[in-house]
Amino acid sequence: MTTLKEKEGGAPARKGAPRPSGRSSSGEIRRQAAATPWLFLAPYLVLFVAFVLVPIVFGAWISLHTWDYTRPLKPFVGLENYTELFTPDSRQFSNFWGSMQATGIFTLFSVPLLLVVPLAVALLMAKKFPGRNLFRAIYFAPYVLGVAVIGVMWRYLLDNNIGLVNYYLGLLGLPNDINWTTSTPAAWVALVGVTVWWTLGFNAVIYLAGLQDIPAELYEAARMDGAGPWQQFVNVTIPGLRPVLSFVTLTTLIASVNMFGQSYLLTQGGPGRETRTAIYQIADTGLRNFQMGSAAAMSYVLTVFLMALSLLVFWLFRERKDPR
Amino acid sequence: MSSTVETRTARTAEPSAKQARKLQPGTLLKIVLLALVALIFISPVIFMIVTSFKSRADATSIPPSWIPNPFSLDAYKELLAPGTNTPILRWFANSMLAAILHSALVVVTASMAAYPLARMNFRGKKIVFAVIVATLLVPPVILVIPNYLLVSELGWLNSLVAIIVPTAASAFGVFFMRQFFISLPDDLEEAARIDGANRFQMFTRIILPLAKPAMATLALLAFLGNWNDFLWPVYVLFTPEVQTLPPGLSTLQSANAVRYDLLMAGAVVASVPVLALFVFLQRFIIEGVSRSGVKG
Repeated sequence: MTTLKEKEGGAPARKGAPRPSGRSSSGEIRRQAAATPWLFLAPYLVLFVAFVLVPIVFGAWISLHTWDYTRPLKPFVGLENYTELFTPDSRQFSNFWGSMQATGIFTLFSVPLLLVVPLAVALLMAKKFPGRNLFRAIYFAPYVLGVAVIGVMWRYLLDNNIGLVNYYLGLLGLPNDINWTTSTPAAWVALVGVTVWWTLGFNAVIYLAGLQDIPAELYEAARMDGAGPWQQFVNVTIPGLRPVLSFVTLTTLIASVNMFGQSYLLTQGGPGRETRTAIYQIADTGLRNFQMGSAAAMSYVLTVFLMALSLLVFWLFRERKDPR
Repeated sequence: MSSTVETRTARTAEPSAKQARKLQPGTLLKIVLLALVALIFISPVIFMIVTSFKSRADATSIPPSWIPNPFSLDAYKELLAPGTNTPILRWFANSMLAAILHSALVVVTASMAAYPLARMNFRGKKIVFAVIVATLLVPPVILVIPNYLLVSELGWLNSLVAIIVPTAASAFGVFFMRQFFISLPDDLEEAARIDGANRFQMFTRIILPLAKPAMATLALLAFLGNWNDFLWPVYVLFTPEVQTLPPGLSTLQSANAVRYDLLMAGAVVASVPVLALFVFLQRFIIEGVSRSGVKG
């Protein structure tokens, strides 16, 4: 944020102020520079073009074919893979939209929790107190473990017979026979809960940095005006956090829509196919059953949904000149 | 359990006993609350470690115990025994090799690309940067199918190259390094220019030495990302000898559904390097993450 500001503020200054010695002798430098920047960029651009730009286009091309990796013929079928996804009695329809629904449910519950709970934690930690850095590290720690580790670990803790979670629930006098990984809605609670546990620290750390960027004078001014803690939160903290909030919302949204590993390892998509997410379905269709045309079409439909949601987030957090 | 809570709070308050005396009741309450939450965050990991040192029967006994009885290395011995179809040492070596090479590739290519984007003026600069940043919003799933075919065409399927190279085109890395290079003073290269240095020398002799902390942070984040990546390796590495730890753990899970002693030992093996990195370098990791957010 600071850098962006500096940069924006710096640009006109650079134009206005007479440039030190460099400018006059910079004809030579400039001539050099014609090729030089591209030489610096070349190694990255090779990777970027080959494994990001080309695949984006190639994927669209694949989605217009019946593309079975294991067969020599890949007939062009136009938009058939897409129309199939929107035809209720087609092969892919129920599996795909079932998985979209699973992703939707997961996103609907995990995103709000991952926005609010880490903010609460960050607010508790905003002021200096003994042990603050230790707490910050502990909350962040699960995030450095991969989804494979946390998946296998929580599969054990959530085991319906011998798991720690059911055991302690029993000690508290609560039901101790919940099938966390094989029945809904318990499986959703498990998937969302584990994800919150896993990534809460990541969001909290970003919030915390954002909170520390809000000038203390703003709070002081608000207090002078007689604002209580809640009013300070609404009128100082939230507006001050706006760029951070939009970043966290966007990254959390993208991560949730891309959920795969938790479901793959904790519930294997079950019971039935209920917790099989869109990513799970796409990967399985394309890379297990090798119906790549269909899977590519699914990935573009999912992308359109995600882009629409991202735009909505941008719109919600847009800079408003006149609040209210 | 409650005793653990007390020791934890006591321990965190202890080093600053003087301050503790001055603490207001509100702050104390806050610390107790945060300590309780911290317990939820740390105890699953501790239980994972504890279970990895349990015997097969002890790992599934009720009530669950927090102390292995007997203390047993059987799970590790069984995992490390030669001739299994779950060669965890091999997975570990593969993960290490892939993550180090991937991380190096990301840091080199991203720093080089970020330099002209931050500190040179040339035609096409804005477009190149805009396209790179725009791909941050492209969900990776869209790349999975076409990249699978590309990797297969290149003969990289079922080899470590498949998880080292294609994911190294890190838009985040370029963005991150560019932000850092922009923050350096404008006239840094001036002296070198007068001495007749070319752009490449300015980059390697002046800019890079200053960028070490940023590069270390990016290297760490790239290492962690590659070490923990799951979906892509699960589908492009299929034989045990070439797998890395994440798909390996998944294989281990499907082969030994309720051998929780084995599974937890495997999970510990996969966690040790990243937890060690985190303990020693957490400042870099946390600062890297928070900086990326604030500047986003």
